[in-house]
Amino acid sequence: MATKVVMEALSPTMEEGRLIEWKKQEGETVAAGDVLAEVETDKAVMELVARAGGVLRKQLVPAGATVPVATTVAVIAGKDEDIAALLGNGSAAPGAGAAKPAQGAAGAETAAAAETAGAAETVATAETAAAAGKAHPAPVVAAAPAAPATPADGGRVKASPLARRIAAERGVDLAGIAGSGPGGRVVQRDVERAPVAAAPAAGAAPRPARALPDEGYADEPLTQIRKTIAKRLVQSIGPVPTFYLTAEVDMERAWDAREALKALGPEGKVSFNDIILKAVATALRQHPACNAWWQDDHIRYWRDVHVGVAVAVEDGLITPVVRHADRKTLREISAEVRDMAGRARERRLRPEEYTGATFSISNLGMYDISHFTAIINPPEAGILAVGGIIEKPVAADGQVTIRRRMQVTMSCDHRVIDGATGAEFLRTLKTLLENPLALVW
Amino acid sequence: MATSFDVIILGGGPAGYVAAIRAAQLGLTTAVVERDKLGGVCVNIGCIPTKALLHSARMANVIRHDAKDLGIATGEVTTDYGVAMKRSRREAEQNSKGVEFLMKKHKVTVIRGSGTLAAGRRVKVGGDTYEATKGLILATGSRVKGLPQVGLEIDKAVVISSDEALFLERAPKTLAVVGAGAVGCEFADVFSAFGTKVTLIEALPKILPLEDAEASDAVAKSFKKRGIDVIAGASVKQATVGKDKVTLQVEAGGEKRAVEAEKVLMAAGRAVNTENLGLREAGVELTDRGFIRVNPVTLETSAKGIYAIGDVAGPPMLAHKGSREGVHAAEVIAGQKPHAIRYDNVPSVTYCHPEVASIGLTEAQAKEKGLEFTVGRFPFSANGRARASNETDGFVKILAGKKYGEILGAHIVGGHASEMIHELAVARENEYTVAEVDLAIHAHPTLSEAIAEAALDAMGRVIHI
Ligand SMILES: Cc1cc2nc3c(=O)[nH]c(=O)nc-3n(C[C@H](O)[C@H](O)[C@H](O)COP(=O)(O)OP(=O)(O)OC[C@H]3O[C@@H](n4cnc5c(N)ncnc54)[C@H](O)[C@@H]3O)c2cc1C
Repeated sequence: MATKVVMEALSPTMEEGRLIEWKKQEGETVAAGDVLAEVETDKAVMELVARAGGVLRKQLVPAGATVPVATTVAVIAGKDEDIAALLGNGSAAPGAGAAKPAQGAAGAETAAAAETAGAAETVATAETAAAAGKAHPAPVVAAAPAAPATPADGGRVKASPLARRIAAERGVDLAGIAGSGPGGRVVQRDVERAPVAAAPAAGAAPRPARALPDEGYADEPLTQIRKTIAKRLVQSIGPVPTFYLTAEVDMERAWDAREALKALGPEGKVSFNDIILKAVATALRQHPACNAWWQDDHIRYWRDVHVGVAVAVEDGLITPVVRHADRKTLREISAEVRDMAGRARERRLRPEEYTGATFSISNLGMYDISHFTAIINPPEAGILAVGGIIEKPVAADGQVTIRRRMQVTMSCDHRVIDGATGAEFLRTLKTLLENPLALVW
Repeated sequence: MATSFDVIILGGGPAGYVAAIRAAQLGLTTAVVERDKLGGVCVNIGCIPTKALLHSARMANVIRHDAKDLGIATGEVTTDYGVAMKRSRREAEQNSKGVEFLMKKHKVTVIRGSGTLAAGRRVKVGGDTYEATKGLILATGSRVKGLPQVGLEIDKAVVISSDEALFLERAPKTLAVVGAGAVGCEFADVFSAFGTKVTLIEALPKILPLEDAEASDAVAKSFKKRGIDVIAGASVKQATVGKDKVTLQVEAGGEKRAVEAEKVLMAAGRAVNTENLGLREAGVELTDRGFIRVNPVTLETSAKGIYAIGDVAGPPMLAHKGSREGVHAAEVIAGQKPHAIRYDNVPSVTYCHPEVASIGLTEAQAKEKGLEFTVGRFPFSANGRARASNETDGFVKILAGKKYGEILGAHIVGGHASEMIHELAVARENEYTVAEVDLAIHAHPTLSEAIAEAALDAMGRVIHI
């Protein structure tokens, strides 16, 4: 008897799953309990197993597709059993999100695959065949309910042939990309900006390092786990689910360095804030995961580092932005901050000078505040609150000495930055500030 | 007449009148202010009449050189530029009337006279003031210009421009054409066919300097074969303008030469119509090069609610680019969010013989950008239809990205290049690669098969060579 294989709820909170890889191909005989496919849920990569034996007659969803729980993804039946009835309504399973396989990358491949499949499988459309055909490693293109490129009726992803080619070659999942072409069509520039997705064959392996493209940023589609984290945290704590990380930094060497610069004359006058800004920018460069924007349906990882500095003005606060701060010298940063802070107080900043930060700093050290938390400026994912440099007794090498110490507290948007990610960033920052020479290294 | 409209458009050229039609389609009340003939430069003294003359020129050359071989006896062939000119005028008039009819059909009000901007998105025409409540579009176009620096101020008698060349009663015996862009090459072709001894002078190293070097070379070769004297990389140092002749001192490749001609036709650049419009007062800024500065996404100028399209809004100064901008601006004003115009995908065509049509990057530009690409070529001499119709000059050349086969640029030289380029424009617009171009079955025998073959050649699979 023919059986539908459905996307099962493999975890209690799972609402949709991404079919990473088919483990059984069309035409293969399967027994109940055999692993049919690997599925990424909101929590982990799990196995989808056959509930009945027979021949895997039809895969209805290509690798890479995200479908809601209960969507039919395949049909198991006898070798010659008529499954037309099941296919008729099978793929149009519940809701708007049902994914249909998308067209292959190159027309040539589509055509070739259609030929192969057409002979064996009368019910297959050319498109299905191209996506599922095994003789032709069709690119992973599919519809996901959340993907803007997917039409609401769950049809195929709209993408240009060139976009499909690039996606196939780079292993990018078109379904996760917001198309900027006519009618939301995914075009070349969209794919080139998209980060490389998890390689399907790698299963549960960690995600490959983000390849940051030449543009200033890379938009990364939300993985199931990130989606779940985001949803739950927002419910629990408010629109920007924030947590805080505090570290104490030894500022002796930074102090000495600043004094040494000062001795060079008026030219050499830099503030601690400038030094911290430089260190933050350098650390962000090494931790792009903290240099990002939350964009509701994706995360924008910035390649450029633009650091905002909160400046108190008469009746509020404004945040001038030091653009490309990671590429600027301390002297340049110092001059720029001084200039912009001055103009900020006079209300003479141009809008482009106080927007577009990828991370911000708020410093209340000059008010003798030892520790505080700052509020994130959305869509930025982090802000660093800097306290004053205070002399205090510190135990080191079994001795108590008096040292200049500073507390910094990072507010992190948990949808983007996890505890460990933020902690690693802070550790780098601390190292840089405690060895200021590293800033010019 | 009403004095308030949703949209007022200054200038009824291909940019302005198309904007008017689109605005009317979108339900906006629309007026066009035009001081001369509807259709602008393009219809009256540009695209259309030149193409009419080029048709005469082509026919003359075919009859002269090919008729006998085609089995047609003609006797002695003589040409009369005056007659051809009159026919070109009829076609232009017809076309301008057509635009007038379209304005009526779409209930667009045509206000005759010269318009200037007044405060608050208003336009003054003579003693009347009209208000544009939703948007004001500047589409005032461009005009010819001379080279006064070297003594070549247009005097409309000896030193002429296309404006005069299009109305000559007879072809001059000798003609120097300064500037070998599309307009210069087209007139060189026309007059040469009407018996004029033409000298074509270009400052840059090749004629049609914006085209791919191979295309330029092909046209130069064809021109030289027809007796046109082509001097490229040449600068006019000095001009002596007499009553019925002009002498140009030309320096090319370190050599000095004197070129004497009955007339000189200036075809080196155009000036935009931005003067006396009240732009500065209205807060409309210009670019360094003198065009009106627009936001490329909305075509809005630095003044809110004022838009600019066509030649005044910047290069490429082509009718189809202006028309597209017209549609775009109308849609923006109607509150739509039209898809951004792809300025890198505007076809460029020169209608001399052989025609040159191109889109995207030239080979030199692709190299300069450091792109990795392959070149697919196919000559018309290997194309059956081209041979059958005696159109074997030229080729199709496609630059395809090495990795994905995307079409970086395409260049066609040949009898019907202008009609063939659009296959590649559609391909590029939709990001088809050479693979998709080849997959589309091309009818046989057609010149377009050469495009499919060039696409195949880029993939190393050309069939017919
Ligand atoms: C000889 C020649 C051949 C050409 N051939 C081609 C070709 O084959 N293909 C191609 O694409 N392009 C060609 N061009 C270029 C093409 O003609 C222009 O790009 C096109 O006409 C620009 O359109 P437009 O609407 O911006 O301006 P225009 O066509 O210049 O129209 C502007 C109109 O505004 C009117 N106007 C100006 N100021 C005012 C005012 N203050 N008040 C009222 N009315 C005003 C003018 O009278 C004019 O009618 C050619 C040009 C020339 C000179």
